Amino acid sequence: METETTELEATSAEARVFDLAETDVRELNSELHAPSAQSYVVQNPRGAHAVAAGVHDDVEIRIEGDVGYFCAGMNQRAHITIEGSAGPGVAENMMSGSVRVKDDASQSAGATAHGGLLVIEGNASTRCGISLKGADIVVHGNIGAMSAFMAQAGRIVVCGNAADGLGDSIYEARIYVRGTVGDLGADCIEKEMGDEHRAELAELLRESGKAAEADDDDYLGGFRRYGSGRTLYHFTSDQSGSY
Amino acid sequence: MCGIIGLHLRDPGLQDQLGSLMTTMLQGIIVRGPDSAGVAIYGDTARVPHGHAAVSVLHAPDGVAEAVTAQLPDVQELRVERAGETTVITAATDPDRLAKAVEAAAPEVRVIGQGDDSVVYKGVGHPLKLAEDFRLAEATGWQGVAHTRMATESAINAEGSHPYAAGTGLSLVHNGSFSNYASIRRELEFEGATFDSHNDTEVAARFVSARLDAGDDLEAALVALAERFDGFFTLLVTTNKGFAVARDEIACKPAIIAEHPRWVAMASEFQALAHLPGIYEARVFEPEPGKVYAWKREDVMTGAHQ
Repeated sequence: METETTELEATSAEARVFDLAETDVRELNSELHAPSAQSYVVQNPRGAHAVAAGVHDDVEIRIEGDVGYFCAGMNQRAHITIEGSAGPGVAENMMSGSVRVKDDASQSAGATAHGGLLVIEGNASTRCGISLKGADIVVHGNIGAMSAFMAQAGRIVVCGNAADGLGDSIYEARIYVRGTVGDLGADCIEKEMGDEHRAELAELLRESGKAAEADDDDYLGGFRRYGSGRTLYHFTSDQSGSY
Repeated sequence: MCGIIGLHLRDPGLQDQLGSLMTTMLQGIIVRGPDSAGVAIYGDTARVPHGHAAVSVLHAPDGVAEAVTAQLPDVQELRVERAGETTVITAATDPDRLAKAVEAAAPEVRVIGQGDDSVVYKGVGHPLKLAEDFRLAEATGWQGVAHTRMATESAINAEGSHPYAAGTGLSLVHNGSFSNYASIRRELEFEGATFDSHNDTEVAARFVSARLDAGDDLEAALVALAERFDGFFTLLVTTNKGFAVARDEIACKPAIIAEHPRWVAMASEFQALAHLPGIYEARVFEPEPGKVYAWKREDVMTGAHQ
């Protein structure tokens, strides 16, 4: 433990600070694309777009405030924390690493993400996890309408409620919702919760920072699983006479 | 893509700063619509004194002041101000009378707004240049709206810039596009409405104006609009009485609302709100799909709509 603490302190001491009130996003991102430090702090983002997009190294980035569109987009390997809210498309097309939003996220959070973990501690808006391709998303609050549309792979955990149109035309992504669900989208159905699903749910909650809940059987028991009814996978000849 | 900002001041102590706050907000939406812009300002008594009307027009000819004066020989204090392509005519009379007199005096003009507490400006060009033409930074008042346009549905000209102001004090700005506006336009024309442009948004403004004239409040008029219009929209609609935001069911056009004890603000993007005084204490949220959010001025002034 002592070694870890020392390492963290050392990292924190060496953090490079970018104040976006003084520096533009291009300068920040060109440093982050060829990083000379292990740890970064970004101040005064004030809703700027594309903050820390396209990072592909194992660095820690702490953003002190609210960001605009596409923050942490295409992330690979980096661990990015947003101490505020995020605009549309946070962590869109993430490949690996992790992104944590301490407040709310706007629409299309984690869109098309292939890997890594996106944690939203507040609420996520519409189209969360649209066309998800393998990443994991854990939302501690609610998610908006039309979430997980055509989600192909990966897992979405929602500790609050999901609005209408959940999982429309979903493929093989797995969705866990603890609260209420509005209308399910086309071909999205509730599925049985097996031991393996409970285990992966607990692991995702733990990774998202909800360790106590992950160990609480009653809490886990409140979740229901949703996924594909697999009736839209292929064109069938049944309706061929209609065309 | 288009950009919208709106600011409704609850605290009268901020009214002197309306224009400077709006100018800062405007910078956050320039990239969303660099081809043209427009603003509506409510409660600037230097522009529209009490008991006066303001009529904004495009294509005002030289000598418009004399021509309008000839139409209204009994009316005092007629003033004409050029602000880029917009010309604002004010006089100590009511808005309908002044608008009719302006159209009679100079049939080539196009009236783009009329009010007894509000004034509208529109133009083509970079939004910051237009803000200078409109003297936005020095505006005072209790409410303001601005729009930056990236044209899709009709030509880039001052007629196609937002806001669309149909009827006294109404201003409507739109990010999105309507798909069934031609049918609705024909219905409104059948009922007697006349149109100034080929723009889809103008149809929405005339629709809302007709509903308000029929006795709806702003919220009811926007609920009716959402039922009747197909397409994509985030709308900000303001009147002498209030401020309302509506989004379609798909909600792909962005919108953020911030509510603070001293003000209510709406913008396409958070970066337009980031510099408002007290933003970090404000309740910042995204309006939900298919919902109408409305504030009445009296609620705002008394803080009843918390």
